[in-house]
Formats: sequence, C-alpha cells, structure tokens
Amino acid sequence: MSLAKLTVSALAIAAVSATAAVAQSRDNVQIAGSSTVLPYAAIVAEAFGENFEFPTPVVESGGSSTGLRRFCEGVGENTIDIANSSRPIRENEVATCAENGVTDIIEVRIGYDGIVFASDIDGNSFEFTPEHWYLALAAELPVDGALVANPNTNWSEVGDLPDQAIAAYIPGTRHGTREVFEENVILQGCEDSGAMEAIMEINGGDEDAAEEACMAIRTDGVSTDIDGDYTETLARISANPEGIGVFGLAFYENNTDRLQVATMSGVEPTVETISTGEYPVSRPLFFYIKAAHIGVIPGLKEFASFFVSDDIAGPFGPLAAYGLVSDPELAETQAKIENEETM
Amino acid sequence: MSDATAPSPTAPTSSLLKQDERTRRRNRAETRFRAYGMAAVIVGILALILLLTSILSNGLSSFRQTFITFPVTLAEERLDPQGNRDPAEMARVTTFGYAPLLGQSFVEHVQSIGIETGLGPREMAAMISDEAPGQLRAMVLANPELVGETITLELLAGGRIDGFFKGRVTMASAERDNNVSPEQLLLAEALREQGVMETRFNWNFITAPDASGQRPEAAGLGVAILGSFYMMIVVLVLALPIGVAASIYLEEFAPKNRFTDLIEVNISNLAAVPSIVFGILGLAIFINFAGLPQSAPIVGGLVLTLMTLPTIIIATRASLRAVPPSIRSAALGLGASKMQSVFHHVLPLAAPGILTGTIIGLAQALGETAPLLLIGMVAFVREYPSAPPDGFFDPASALPVQVYNWTQRSDPAFVERASGAIIVLLVFLIFMNAVAILLRRRFERRW
Repeated sequence: MSLAKLTVSALAIAAVSATAAVAQSRDNVQIAGSSTVLPYAAIVAEAFGENFEFPTPVVESGGSSTGLRRFCEGVGENTIDIANSSRPIRENEVATCAENGVTDIIEVRIGYDGIVFASDIDGNSFEFTPEHWYLALAAELPVDGALVANPNTNWSEVGDLPDQAIAAYIPGTRHGTREVFEENVILQGCEDSGAMEAIMEINGGDEDAAEEACMAIRTDGVSTDIDGDYTETLARISANPEGIGVFGLAFYENNTDRLQVATMSGVEPTVETISTGEYPVSRPLFFYIKAAHIGVIPGLKEFASFFVSDDIAGPFGPLAAYGLVSDPELAETQAKIENEETM
Repeated sequence: MSDATAPSPTAPTSSLLKQDERTRRRNRAETRFRAYGMAAVIVGILALILLLTSILSNGLSSFRQTFITFPVTLAEERLDPQGNRDPAEMARVTTFGYAPLLGQSFVEHVQSIGIETGLGPREMAAMISDEAPGQLRAMVLANPELVGETITLELLAGGRIDGFFKGRVTMASAERDNNVSPEQLLLAEALREQGVMETRFNWNFITAPDASGQRPEAAGLGVAILGSFYMMIVVLVLALPIGVAASIYLEEFAPKNRFTDLIEVNISNLAAVPSIVFGILGLAIFINFAGLPQSAPIVGGLVLTLMTLPTIIIATRASLRAVPPSIRSAALGLGASKMQSVFHHVLPLAAPGILTGTIIGLAQALGETAPLLLIGMVAFVREYPSAPPDGFFDPASALPVQVYNWTQRSDPAFVERASGAIIVLLVFLIFMNAVAILLRRRFERRW
C-alpha cells in the first residue's frame, strides 16, 4: 500500500506547488529573438546582473520572427518582455500585437551589424563588388534579350577575380541576414550590372517582377544555404577552403586567425567603415520593449537603459569590442527609453 | 519391399568425413556471416573510439583553467569617493570602475617582478578575464573594509591566453588573431615561469553559471546541472508512480477488450513519437494554458515525463509479465486478494525490471534537447534556481541545452567547453546506466 500512498502524496505535492507557482510573480526579465542580437544581449545581461541588485535576465535565441511572434502573444507574466530583432518590426506584426493587447511598444536601436564576406585565411584574397555576387549567384541572367540559367562557375568569369571555383555559403531564408544580403548585395549588383534594365526590357517593364528575378538565388549547388549558425558556415569553409562565406562582423572578429575578409566595393569592413556608412552591407539591430511590463517586471526599464548606456553600447564599450558598430545617435535612444516613448 | 534388384556395389556417394559441395557452401555462408557480424561490431567500436577520442581530446582541457595571481590595490578614491563605506554608495561604482584598477595593479606587478615587455598597459590589462572586475566588485561590496587595502587575488586569465597554455592558440595563430598578440603570449610565458600564471584544475567549470560570448574562460555548467537535476526529480516523482500504476492496472486488472487494446497500441505508438512533438504539446498545455512559467524546470520535467512515460510503462509491463503466473496462483490459492497478490508478490519480483526501465527512461530524458527548445529552456541563464520546491519554477538551463548553446558561440574557446560539457553529460549517463545494470544483476531472479 505504501506505493499507492506515495503516488497520491507525490501528485498532491506537485499539484499544490503548481498552484503556488501561478500565484508567484516573475522577478527576472525574459528576452527572446534574433540569434544575431543574442550575444550582445547576453553580454549586457551578464553585466547587468553583476552591477544591479536585479537578477540576471534570461536570454533566449530563436530568430527575429519567432521572438516578435512570442512578443506579440499578449501582456502578462507568461509572455516575454523584450524581443530582439535584426530587422525593424513589420506592419503586420504590429497589427498582431495590437490584436493581442500589446499596444505600447518601445523600439530601441542598439547599433549596427556589418555583414562580411570571408574565406579561408590561406586562400586567395578577394575584392568584391555587388555586381560580382549578382553574376555569381543569380539563378538566371539576361543574355541577348532572354533569361538563361546562370552559366558562371568560376570567380574569374564574373570579373577581375582570382581563378577559383564559386562555392558560396550564404545564410538560409530563416535568417534576417539573408534579407539584407539579397537587398544590399544581390539587388544592388543587379542594378549596377545593368541586368535590372535588361530584365525589365524582357518582361515589359514590370519592376517588381524584375526585382524578384534579380534576387532569385541559384539552386544548382554552387550556392549553399546555411540554416544553422555562423559556426556551421565556418565548418563548411574549413572543409572546403575554396568556399566563401557570409558572416557577421562580430563572428569574423573572433576568428581572424582562420578567416580573411574580402573588401566590398574597395572598402574593408571595420567598425569605423561601417559606422560611417562607407562599407555598404550593414543593418541596424533592434530590441522591442513591452511598455506595459515596465513597473511590473522589476528591472526591465533599468536593463533597457543599461543596454544603451555609453558604458555598454558606446564606441568603447564591451559591445563595440565584440563587434557591434555603435549608433552615433545613442543619446536619442537613451532619451527615448527614459521617456518611455512608444512607437 | 523394393524390387530393385541391382545392389549398389559402389561405396556411399557421400561421407561424413569428406565434405560435399553443399556442406561446403553452407559452411562458407556461416563463415561469411560471422565476418559480417565481426565487421559490424568493429565498425561500431571504431565509431565509439573516434567519438570518444574527439570529445576527450577537445574537452578534457576544459576542466583546467589558467589563473593569474597578483596583488590588487583597492584605491579608496576610486571605489568609495565619499569615504564613508556606505554599501549603497559604493554600489554606484560599476564593474567599469573596477576594471582599470585591476589593469593598473597588474601592470605594476609585472614591472615590479622585472619582466620586460613592449606591451602598453591596455594590452596587458586585456590578458585578464572580463569576469574579474565583477568578482572583485562582489567581494568588495560584501567586505567594505577591504577598501584601501592591498589584497592578493587569483583571477582568471583571458580565453586566448588560456588557449595558449592548452595549445589551442599558437604564436602563428596569434600573429593573425585580432584578439591576442604574440607579445602577450610571450609575457604570459614569462609570467608562468615566475609562477604568476598557473594552469590548474578548475572546479568552476562544473559549478559556475554560463557566461557570455566574451568570457569563455568563466563559463561553467552549474545552472545546467542543477536544471537537469531538478527536471529529473520531476520526471522521477511523476513518471514512476503514474507509469507503474498504469502498467499494473493494464497488466493485472484491466479486462482484455477492444478499448484496452487501443490503449496498448497508443502507448507503443507514443514511445516512437519524436520528442519535439512533446515540446509543442508542453508549450500549448503547460505554458499557454496552465500558465506555468517559461524556461522553468517544472515545465521541462512535465514535458519529459510525458516523453518517458511510454518507456516506463512498456518496461514495467514486460517485467510484470515475466513474473510466472504460478506465483499469482499460489497467492490467490492461499486466500490473498487480487490486489494483495500483486502488491505483495508480483510487484516486488518485478521491481528490478521496473527500476532498470525507469533509469533508462531517465537517462534518455537527461539527454533530450528538442522538447526543451520550445519551452524556453534553450536560453542564456546565469542565476542559479533556488532550492526546491521554489526552484522548480525558476529559470534554468539543462546539460544538453548547454552543449547546444556553446557550439553556436563564435569564440573558438567554446568548442573546448562544449566538449567538456559532453564529457560531463556522458559521465552522468554512464553512471545512471551502470546503476541500472547493477540493480538488474543484483536483484533479478530467473525462473
């Protein structure tokens, strides 16, 4: 009989403590979202825990879209307080948020992230332009008034580049980085090379369709989508030294002993060239605060202010040391959090 | 009988001593089969050896860490400008105020022991881990009387310096590395000869919480081990009684009809459901519906309970079935009730099998990551969960999750730590499986 008694009491304990927990309030900040912002958020969370009485926030990864979806699930302790995002929130996401009662959202831009092209350190050096990438990776190229499958298989065929087979490792479609890559590099290259006009001539002037045709990436194995993290891209390049990968600046900065970076339109990606806007492939990084949680979740506002303080997000702070390009308009962002200005 | 009159004058066509073609073929087939079997075993062993050598060679070094010992002067004008030792005022000095203090003391110590180096103070200070200012601040705030004194501290060295002593960073790689210079490595070498730097066993790898991407040297498994432990408690407390009760009912009491057949088929099916499905279920039921907190071991434990239940039920039913019916008949024949016969005779005899099944189910749950992804346990968690039962509701991480997290970090030092975490996880699994085998050996009865 003792087993039966044990069973009953165990279930009772579990039930009682479960009820107790629902009543108990959460005292730590919960963050989820972009895997690009994750390392920065983790650095800030760690420093926040060291310097404040509040518990260290919990930071989850999962991608910008997942983070914003969870952010928009509603208001309450079972929902996250902050969503990290490597792109601005979209109209439809704001609408979903509003539907679920999340109306007051504070948008915080923490800085900029450079997207760099890097290859094995012992291989050839590259000086790219967006045009090279378009010609190398487009699914179809306009030739003599018709779209034909991309015939290029060697970098030397697309421009004044070393004789090396094209093998590109680009972020998969679930990454926010992919969007930036397509818009700032491939589409740009399409326009620069004159292919955009040629495609519009073929399809009769439909600009949207032309842009789509420009950004269609070939699927014949020359380019590989990486759905994992930059560590996977790095592993692919270690396995295939002819490969060229797309990385975040911070990741490259941590692995300069294994990777060499290519210039884009003659500019080498550094924190300086990205902050001045000289280096063309960069994007802002954001996090979004649920204003309704300020004052309810202890430490939420303090954490947000700490995140964008000069000590942390400034040009000499730990985030910049890790590879974040600091925002010249940081003071405005600080004021925005101070006044809880919603979108 | 036979009217074949012709006798057979010749000797029998076959002999037992001389193999005919057919026998030889059969023997060859057997030899071949044995070779295939051997090959399969060898491939398995080789794969295991490969896995273990790769993990051990990458991961063993994570249990050792490089430390720097030097005297630190806790200047009063920096740490307590008002001079009244009020902890609230002293707390205003952040770690960014403590870092230069450490750097300065380190530079002075290097000069005082007479090591020549071409490095600037900034580069020298960069050899100390970013974790150190936080440690020092916590220490000073706990003991305000330390301000103004000079204390000798043992602090973590930076990840790249540590990598140099472990062979991960070399002079050649430092040449190309933006985060460390060969001069820093030379200084580190000189400091080691002086006894200022030392690489030794590091308990913090097992007890410390996770650290951010900038401090691989400080990252540890403490929160993950605690989180896994809490989840296992939840699984054990829930899955064992429910699983055993369900199996006893199904095996001993339930009528055999279509309905129980359906249940049986469903249980076997559940055992084969991919674990991520249980994660989706957990998110929908425990977090969204029941309102349990995210990232909490209780939710992880509940999800893993659902996952482990079929394993336990199947194992328990098998071991109940293995108890001979004569035992039940004897008990019933002596006047025991059905329930007495089960609880007094069948269950004790089946216990070793049930325990083995439970432990194997727990081991399986311990290594599971996928369902935890969806309930928010794949996260950066630095606070230790408090003692049970409150701790079940605090955010925590888990061992396999920590491995997964570390493999995604950009600093190469995390490769070593991820392998180290795998070693810890394997040790736990081996321990649990050993207990299962031991229990079976010791208590199993054969009929």
